[in-house]
Amino acid sequence: MMRLLATLLIGLMVLGQMAQAQNGPLRIEITDGVIEPLPYAVPDFVAETSGAAELASNLARVVAEDLNGTGLFREIPAKAHISQITNFASPVQFADWKAINAQALVSGAVSVSGNDLEVKFRVYDVFAGQELGNGLRFKGTTEGWRRMGHKVADAVYSRITGEGGYFDSRVVFVSESGPKNDRRKRLAIMDYDGANLQYLTDSSAIVLAPRFSPTGDKVLYTSYETGFPRVFVLDVGSVERRVLQDQAGTMSFAPRFSPDGKSVLMSITQNGNTDIHTMPVNGRQTKRLTSSPSIDTAPSISPDGQQIVFESDRSGNQQLYVMPAGGGEPKRISFGQGRYGTPVWSPRGDLIAFTKQNKGRFHIGVMRTDGSEERLLTASFLDEGPSWAPNGRVIMFTRETQGSDGTAALYSVDVSGRNLKKVKVQGGASDPAWSPLQ
Amino acid sequence: MSSFSKVALLLAGLALGACSNSGIFDPDDASGSGTSGANYEAGSVDDPTSVAYFQQNVGDRVLFQVDQSVLTEEAKLVLLSQANWLLENSAYSAVIEGHADEQGTREYNLALGARRASAAKEFLVSRGIADNRLRTVSYGKERPLEVCSAEACYTKNRRAVTILQADLTG
Repeated sequence: MMRLLATLLIGLMVLGQMAQAQNGPLRIEITDGVIEPLPYAVPDFVAETSGAAELASNLARVVAEDLNGTGLFREIPAKAHISQITNFASPVQFADWKAINAQALVSGAVSVSGNDLEVKFRVYDVFAGQELGNGLRFKGTTEGWRRMGHKVADAVYSRITGEGGYFDSRVVFVSESGPKNDRRKRLAIMDYDGANLQYLTDSSAIVLAPRFSPTGDKVLYTSYETGFPRVFVLDVGSVERRVLQDQAGTMSFAPRFSPDGKSVLMSITQNGNTDIHTMPVNGRQTKRLTSSPSIDTAPSISPDGQQIVFESDRSGNQQLYVMPAGGGEPKRISFGQGRYGTPVWSPRGDLIAFTKQNKGRFHIGVMRTDGSEERLLTASFLDEGPSWAPNGRVIMFTRETQGSDGTAALYSVDVSGRNLKKVKVQGGASDPAWSPLQ
Repeated sequence: MSSFSKVALLLAGLALGACSNSGIFDPDDASGSGTSGANYEAGSVDDPTSVAYFQQNVGDRVLFQVDQSVLTEEAKLVLLSQANWLLENSAYSAVIEGHADEQGTREYNLALGARRASAAKEFLVSRGIADNRLRTVSYGKERPLEVCSAEACYTKNRRAVTILQADLTG
């Protein structure tokens, strides 16, 4: 895994001086309401070395799956293409792409030398007849080929939507198997699209609710390994783990890193009372941030590190509160019908995602950080535990079906409420946490 | 080995009637809590010092209302019996497991289960059981007993269960 990361410490090299049309007419504005997906074409990339043909085709497929999966793009299939792109450097026959109404065109080229892989790509605004942004080149290894595809797709998405990308990211989650009353749980990590699944723990102890460090190299989670729920930190590369909080007579859970990665927020329960504490990731001393007889849990820090949103039942039932990061008087921000839990601050800082329970149904929703403009994005028997994509536009969460055969699965939904879909994972899956962009 | 597997092994040993190992019950010893010549098997449900007896005749669990950790009158009666049994059988300590039904978010339910376990523990302590004989753990909604998604199951899942363990400190 570290090797993959290392191989992607690569230069982003501008191919030419053809940068133009940064604010050209080709643009998807991601707003609420229904939009018409943008028609585009991504023909197989050009294989520039012998033996690169399969990767050249597969890379174009990864780009297409990423873009199609957003619901914002509609691919025009290869069989409708009039032109082929057989030479990356040759001028594009814009008329042929206009004729099939492809508004955007992605071309790419691949060369392989031993384990080294080089991918180049260009994005065209077909109707303007010009390139959208600069061509770019990525270098990596053949094993990391999917990541190179995600990087191309991120660049295309970014140029056309004006938003940051999120395809070159991973998800840590809890893989589930076995019957409902004896569920086996283990930590797993995968690419955001379900590829490259790896297990990080075995299933000998219950594990819950992992969270990435800001750099994505460590994971906090709760494990029953000691017989009691305790917060652990795990190194993703070496899979080495250690318990963070193990004071006798307590239990700890709901851990999250601070934005600088140096401290950890968590809930600690003592004598039946649950409060939010903070501790240095490399220290022992915990500091209590809340001190009410209520259940105070599920903390999440704002990206600027200044505030903490959390849930508390101090009013009588679960509601959301915001307090200063160092502790202090919390201010309630949720006032709608029902109960609110698991608040998560958006990486953009603008919204808070949450789980809402109302009239026997569960919802994933978002609100502004002052609690205004609440919008519910989903509804089902049991939806919970939202996690933000690194660009703050998409939310992944757990959906569990009801009854004795009920199982958990990961779903994602746009912050607009569009494009609800199941994430491809084999077996049961819960508690997703999205990594930062890699 | 985790402390839980130790407990499981110890309980398995006790359930198999290995009381001579624990030294707390010997049917041939009139000074024991059993009656000499009693016609039950040591460790069986008829043995009033057995784990099985505690589970089935004393009652090892109490149930809670939705989203509540307040002990009902019925729960208090069960816990009173548990306290009396634990006073008689001082060689045991216990872990009290708190559980929640599936109608709630995961982390809240962990905290709710902890409240329930703690409420049961506090009652036992108030009836004279030494604090250091009782530990609590919450499983939240992770270990439902019943698997249907209806109140008939939920009512059994909202529970605090007293799990006996042979007292390692003796």
